Amino acid sequence: MKTLRIALWTTAAAAAVVLVAALLYVTVGSKAGSIGGPFRLRSATGELVDSVSLKGKPYAIFFGFTHCPEICPTTMMDMAALMARLGDEAKGLRIFFVSVDPDRDTPAVLRDYLAAFEPHVVGLTGTPDEIAQVAKEFRVYYRKVRLTGDDYTMDHSAFVYLMGSDGNFFDVLGYQEAPDRALAKLKRLIETDRKGSAL
Amino acid sequence: MKSMLTSAVLAAVLAGATTAASAGGITLAHPWSRATPAGAPVGAGYVTLENSGSTADRLVSATTDAADHAEIHEMAMNNGVMQMRPVKEIEIPAGKRVELRPGGYHVMFMGLKHQLKVGDAVKGSLTFEKAGTLPVEFKVEAMGAGADRASGQGAH
Ligand SMILES: [Cu+2]
Repeated sequence: MKTLRIALWTTAAAAAVVLVAALLYVTVGSKAGSIGGPFRLRSATGELVDSVSLKGKPYAIFFGFTHCPEICPTTMMDMAALMARLGDEAKGLRIFFVSVDPDRDTPAVLRDYLAAFEPHVVGLTGTPDEIAQVAKEFRVYYRKVRLTGDDYTMDHSAFVYLMGSDGNFFDVLGYQEAPDRALAKLKRLIETDRKGSAL
Repeated sequence: MKSMLTSAVLAAVLAGATTAASAGGITLAHPWSRATPAGAPVGAGYVTLENSGSTADRLVSATTDAADHAEIHEMAMNNGVMQMRPVKEIEIPAGKRVELRPGGYHVMFMGLKHQLKVGDAVKGSLTFEKAGTLPVEFKVEAMGAGADRASGQGAH
C-alpha cells in the first residue's frame, strides 16, 4: 500500500481511512448484504437502468469519472480484458461505470469515453442527488477536490463491486487485482446466475 | 522476479536514454504517456528525472502542446480511495533519480486538445529550478501500459 507523502492530504486522508475502514469491515465481514441497494440511473445512451430491472442477472459496478487520468481507464481496460477472456461465459454479465462527476460527465461525454471498452461497459449517470444516493448505497467515497482555477478532480473509491443475480453484494475487485484472481471471482459471480442464488 | 523487474526498468531507462534531454545535471529518461479513451479531457506524462549534479534540483513546472495546460500532480491509492493532488515541486536530490510513473507523480495534461494514440509524441517542456527549461517528448504507449501488476497482461 502506497504511503502518502504530502502533509496537506492528511485531513482528507484521515476521513477517507475511517470511511474505507468501515467499508472493509463490511466487505470482509459476512454482513455483505448491506452493500448495494435500489437505484435508478440513466445510461449513456439514454435508457433508464434501475436495480429492479437488473435483478436476476449478475453485474459489476464501478464508480469513476472521465477526468480521471489513470485509475478509471485502467480499471475499464482490465474489465474489458477479463470479459474478453470469459468469452461466451460473460454473456449476461453487465459492467456499469457510474460517474461521480455528473456535472461534467453528461451522457454524451460518457458514451464517447466508454466507446473504447465496448461492448462490455455501460456508462450510467444521473442528477447529483441520484449519484449521491447510489454511492451511499454502495458505500462509495467520493469528494470534489479543487485544483488550480476552476479545475477540480474527484477523490473516489476504486473498487469494482460484484453483485449477484439475486441483487445482493457478492464480492469486490480491488484496483489492479491480479487478473487470474479477478477472473476466478467473475466466474463465481456468473455461477450465481445459474444457481439463481449468491450463495 | 526482482531481477526481471530490474532489467525491465533498466531496459526502459536505456530505451529512453536514446531520446534523453539533459542540462545542468538533469537528464530526462524514457518520457512516455498512455493512450486515452475518446474524448478524455485529461492525460498524464511520465518520465524518470536523473540528477547527476552535486546539488539538489527541483521540477517546478511543465508545459505541453497537447493540452490547455500541464500541472505536476501526485496520485496515491489510500485504502482503496484514489486521490490526486497538485504538487508545487518535485525534488531530485544530488545523484538521485526520481520516477514519475503510474500511481505516483505525473505531469497532468489538463484539457487535452485531442485523443492520445499509441505512437503519438506529446511535446512539451519541463522547467527545473536550476537546470532551467528542458524540452521533452512523451511517447504515447498503450492504455494501461507500465502498470504494476502481480501478473497478467500489464507487462510490456
Ligand atoms: Cu493528475
